[in-house]
Amino acid sequence: MKTIDVITETFSALLANKVRTSLTMLGIIIGIGSVIAMVAIGQGAQASIESSIQSIGSNLIMITPGSQRGIGGYQAAGQRGSAKTLLQTDAEAVKKEIAGIKEIALELSGRYQITARGTNTNTSVIGTTPSYAAVRNVQTAKGGFISDQHIKTKAKVAVLGPTTAADLFGEGTQVIGQAIRINGMQFKIIGTTVEKGGSGFGNQDDIIYVPFSTAQQFLFGGEYVTSIDIEAESADLMTQIQEDITTLLRERHNITGDAASDFSIMNQNDIVQTASSITGTFTILLGAIAGISLLVGGIGIMNMMLTTVTERTREIGLRKAIGAKRKDINKQFIAEAIALTVMGGILGIIFGAIISFVVNYFGVLNTKVSVGSVLLAFGVSAAIGIIFGYYPARRAALLNPIDALRYE
Amino acid sequence: MIEVKNIVKTYGSGESTLHALRGVNFKVSDGEFVAIMGPSGSGKSTLMHILGCLDTPTSGTYHLDNKDVSALSDDELAEIRRDKIGFVFQAFNLLPRTTVMKNVILPMMYSNLSEEEREKKARKSLFAAGFDESHFYHLSNQLSGGQIQRVAIARALANNPTLILADEPTGNLDTKTGKIVLDTFKRLNLEQGRTIILITHEPDVAIHANRIIHIIDGLIVEDKVNHHK
Repeated sequence: MKTIDVITETFSALLANKVRTSLTMLGIIIGIGSVIAMVAIGQGAQASIESSIQSIGSNLIMITPGSQRGIGGYQAAGQRGSAKTLLQTDAEAVKKEIAGIKEIALELSGRYQITARGTNTNTSVIGTTPSYAAVRNVQTAKGGFISDQHIKTKAKVAVLGPTTAADLFGEGTQVIGQAIRINGMQFKIIGTTVEKGGSGFGNQDDIIYVPFSTAQQFLFGGEYVTSIDIEAESADLMTQIQEDITTLLRERHNITGDAASDFSIMNQNDIVQTASSITGTFTILLGAIAGISLLVGGIGIMNMMLTTVTERTREIGLRKAIGAKRKDINKQFIAEAIALTVMGGILGIIFGAIISFVVNYFGVLNTKVSVGSVLLAFGVSAAIGIIFGYYPARRAALLNPIDALRYE
Repeated sequence: MIEVKNIVKTYGSGESTLHALRGVNFKVSDGEFVAIMGPSGSGKSTLMHILGCLDTPTSGTYHLDNKDVSALSDDELAEIRRDKIGFVFQAFNLLPRTTVMKNVILPMMYSNLSEEEREKKARKSLFAAGFDESHFYHLSNQLSGGQIQRVAIARALANNPTLILADEPTGNLDTKTGKIVLDTFKRLNLEQGRTIILITHEPDVAIHANRIIHIIDGLIVEDKVNHHK
């Protein structure tokens, strides 16, 4: 039997029962479509989480007071009211003694009530050093960031995050030069930062930066810091630096043996890796659930093919009587199953792409339909055709023509 | 030419053994029109299956065009059926919702013929079967019983077979259309010299053949030239 004949026979057979064909195909469309969409959503989530982790800085190591808790996880010690075990002198020692550090920034943070011209808000105030901008990847949209001069003079100046600026002064208002009151003291606004989009590590747009020395003297008091942020020279050095800092600080804090450290160190690479592995598992899970519907779709194909073989028993008998060989019959029914799944597969890929586009369009996630998942889906649907078409086709091919012709 | 020697066909084994054929012998020369008659259960269907290469005998030999086809494999039998035998069934067995042309082309799909050649041969067969040209592209379910059986005859002729095997071809037709179909067979036999074996239990149908073989209980009881014709 010529290939072209197999193809025409297949399509005329499938068109002979359009409702059944389309319903059966729908199973495959939903199966393949959901695999494509779920994988796209999973990968979108992964990319989004990774980029939000990357947005807090690069090669970042954060030292926070308070002990490390949980299994392998980092409990970021809170802000005001938490342990005051990390001192400014610790930061100076780290800077001086640890190799491979590119920049180091200090943080002293807490929440304060902020007022400005009759409006007020409650937000987090971070007292920090000029290097913070580089370490934490903060860019100023207007004006400037805190300078060494501000630190030296303990200037009462503030840099506002875009959300805070909008909350206090309204969207699009010129805020530089305006005054705000933090904890009753007046600060002059010298700049605003570029919007980062807040997720993962708290909203980095709803924030106020003030000079570290100012914060230390007027807002918090004492010699402690709430966080030391370090940018390593390269990603390879991060683990080494983390170990060195642990040794140094434990020594400085007189912690020996098995006693828990009174600080914790967070390594950005670890977080990225953990997050990727979580989102990776999540993607596999979503894909697997979608895979179940694909399997059900495949069973639907088999069901339809078995029905078709039974219905067309006489036709099969006739074909055999007029000279069709087993392999001709086999080919014909396998071709029908494959045509069903491949057409369903193509429509499913389109369907999945539409879902992922809609998710993207409404800004839930930046989804991306990967070529890999399309190829996989296509291969899987063809394989389903062969696997679930094999048994019905074999049954048809092995029919005895005499019995088949007599079949009522 | 057909030569059947000592054909035995048994089904089952032990006590439930059924002897459908108990040693059948006969020859059919090219261009003969033979009717095989017998009541139901006489073994005539079994004989037809063996003659049609749908089944193989338990013992004995069957020569079709001087080739022993009594012990061939499934696929070899399929090839013999395709090239040498044309079937006409009682139940017509046309493909439903398919054009007349497509139905006649069907047997040629299993041999390697070009599109044009198929169509040419299909037209020739349809004309030979006396089918009206204006209906060539009608769907099979839009035809009358007589027309359907003519399409079936044309299909049987498609691959230019040695033997046309008709199994109760008029069984589902009224007397008038049955007569038309039988006349078609007669004409094919006379004009084209086709070898036709017609299986029937009706004497009225058998009477149209030149030779009548009677079979009862798996044995030939009578084999005579039909003088009533």
